[in-house]
Amino acid sequence: MSKHTLVATVEEGPATLNRVLSLFRQRSFAIESLSIGRTNETGIMRLTMVVDGARSAVEQVTKQLYKVVEVRKVSDLTDDARVERELALIKVSCKAAPQRAEVMQIADIYRARIVDVASGSLMIEVTGPTVKVDSLLDLFRPYGVKELVRTGVVAMSRGQAGSRSEKADRLKLVG
Amino acid sequence: MRLNGARAICQSLVEEGVSTIFGLPGGAIMPLYDVLPEFPRLKHILVRHEQCAGHMADGYARAAAATRRPQEQRTVGVCFGTSGPGATNLVTGICNAHMDSVPLVAITANVPNSMIGTDAFQEADITGITIPITKQNYFVRNGKDLPRVIREAFHLARTGRPGPVHVDVPKDVLLTEHEWTGYPSTVDLPGYQPTLEPNMRQVKEAARLIERAQRPVIIAGQGVLLSGAWDELRSFAEKTRIPVMTTLLGISGFPENHPLSLGFLGMHGWVHCNYAVHNSDLVISIGMRMDDRACGKFAGFAPQAKIVHVDIDPAEIGKNVRVDVPIVGDVARVLGKLEPEVDPAALQNHEAWLEQIRGWREQYPPKCYPSDTAELYQPQVIQAIDRATRGEAIIVADVGQHQMFAAQHYQYTAPYTYITSGGLGTMGYSLPAAIGAQMARPDKQVWCVVGDGCFQMTLQELAVIAVHRVPVKIALLNNEYLGMVRQQQQVQYRGNIVEVDLAGGPDYIKLAQAYGVPAWRVSEASQLDDTVGAAMAYPGPAIIEFRVARTEDVYPWVLGGTSLGEVLPDTPYEGARERALASAGPSPRDGSDR
Repeated sequence: MSKHTLVATVEEGPATLNRVLSLFRQRSFAIESLSIGRTNETGIMRLTMVVDGARSAVEQVTKQLYKVVEVRKVSDLTDDARVERELALIKVSCKAAPQRAEVMQIADIYRARIVDVASGSLMIEVTGPTVKVDSLLDLFRPYGVKELVRTGVVAMSRGQAGSRSEKADRLKLVG
Repeated sequence: MRLNGARAICQSLVEEGVSTIFGLPGGAIMPLYDVLPEFPRLKHILVRHEQCAGHMADGYARAAAATRRPQEQRTVGVCFGTSGPGATNLVTGICNAHMDSVPLVAITANVPNSMIGTDAFQEADITGITIPITKQNYFVRNGKDLPRVIREAFHLARTGRPGPVHVDVPKDVLLTEHEWTGYPSTVDLPGYQPTLEPNMRQVKEAARLIERAQRPVIIAGQGVLLSGAWDELRSFAEKTRIPVMTTLLGISGFPENHPLSLGFLGMHGWVHCNYAVHNSDLVISIGMRMDDRACGKFAGFAPQAKIVHVDIDPAEIGKNVRVDVPIVGDVARVLGKLEPEVDPAALQNHEAWLEQIRGWREQYPPKCYPSDTAELYQPQVIQAIDRATRGEAIIVADVGQHQMFAAQHYQYTAPYTYITSGGLGTMGYSLPAAIGAQMARPDKQVWCVVGDGCFQMTLQELAVIAVHRVPVKIALLNNEYLGMVRQQQQVQYRGNIVEVDLAGGPDYIKLAQAYGVPAWRVSEASQLDDTVGAAMAYPGPAIIEFRVARTEDVYPWVLGGTSLGEVLPDTPYEGARERALASAGPSPRDGSDR
């Protein structure tokens, strides 16, 4: 079992998401996170899914996804150089002034932003890879996390998607 | 020209070449039935239960596929149902077609747009229900979309790996008029591009494996039939001298009287087929989906073999069984490319291997009986039908013991002459499917082989047979048991026989009389040939109730969770072949005793 980041471009439609999720449900495939939104192309939505499964199971679910007529393309970005981000809003309890200062300091180290201040709590917005959000949460837990929401991961391959030569060029530039 | 939604649907069906529709009207779909008489090309068969509309359309599409056509011109079965219960009744029919890759378009009506989502009378979220059991479905909220949707529905149903497509239309959409601008000649489906042409690199790799193989076998699935590739398969097998077995749904894709034919494999397939796969060094799976009934325990499938898997659906490759050379493509095109790639001079000599399989075949012969047994056995019935029809009828078998006996004891030589519910295993399939098959192939004799359990699930369709004088011959194998379940309880549940006894069922002769269908009852083997002959001679529908032995078991048997090599031969009947040969004399046919 390992985590896979799947990206699917799909046609917008009332049943598209239903069809995709139906596939996962039928195969008891756990989705860890799912995000969907519009893209630069009209009528095309982009789905990012983080799933936990054996490589063969992920391959099978990818093939099944391709059978959904509205699905244009599915990519497993797991082995690609990619950017992965998620956004979290965290409400941390801080009853006293010293605690408030500590929380603000931690947030600052993580380049997180204070987006709301109340008498007993702070709301912090953080963006980054899942590990960064997780580690910030670990630091906040002793103070008391009153509320938490995460968007789920969105991901994109580095450089231009697709052709191999472009990929090679990018690697040269980076390397 | 302005057409309302109902007329737009009918006009679209005419454009698609539809001639027969199976259905049953109700509140929401009444606008469609209201205009149906304006389209005399669309013949409607009024069913007595919508499930059977699905199965009739299914049998119709399969039987029609016996004529090879380009995929764009494949015959599609069409069925209608109304909203709510009409649509949910169709679900089993749709799911059956989905599991067996049958081209089908199901059209249902729903409550008016304004009522959708209000739990209105006879409202069901039917497109929500059919998502996992269709190739695609549509909920058409705007009548302007209807011609495009119907065009796409037929395109999706009949091309690539065929399957059912469901179109649901609210009642007001059927009534609202729109300008008819002609039927679209093309479809725009960028997300649907089935691969038909194989990758030549894989084809070449497969050819090298075939040349090197010492003990190869071909397993032919329904893909051969769907692709119309029976000639290509035969030519390929003859050139390479590789023996051919079929899956249950692949039966009749390769003539069973051919010297290279082995019959069918799987849970109740022949011992020699299962042994051949288990001992082979190369399995060439053509147009099959490596189903558990065909392959046994996946981990124990063909342990010594390399596997070449040909299928049009990439998702089937590697799904259940490991694959060495995957080839995605249409079976006919793949075989057309593969055959010339195989160098005849490089092929190994397979004669010793063929001899070994022949040895197994002789060691584990089919169950045979002398003609004077005290009780009547199911194989005797199938053999009698085989004799009488000279293997030329279409056998539509239901699900259970009789399904397996019909697969084992009839010799199939022409495409789509064995039709059955393989994937879903739908009890009650055969009677409606036989009606559909007969309507698609009026030139053929159609036999419905059905057990008493299955018959009681859909027998109301006798009304369709009676009203339309559909000349289907019904072989009712009555053992007053859910026989396959009883058999499994006997062997796998310590003989704890629970709730499978159907004794006390109706008097089937009187039942047939009630529908005005002539009927015979046979309980002795000596009456078999005369009665089958009489039913065949009768120019219309006929029922024969065969009172067969109650506790006969189907063998060979690959128990669930075991591998093909662990198949249980028909031990109680060892020596039956000698007895049968002694009493029955030489076979009247070509002598190839399976």
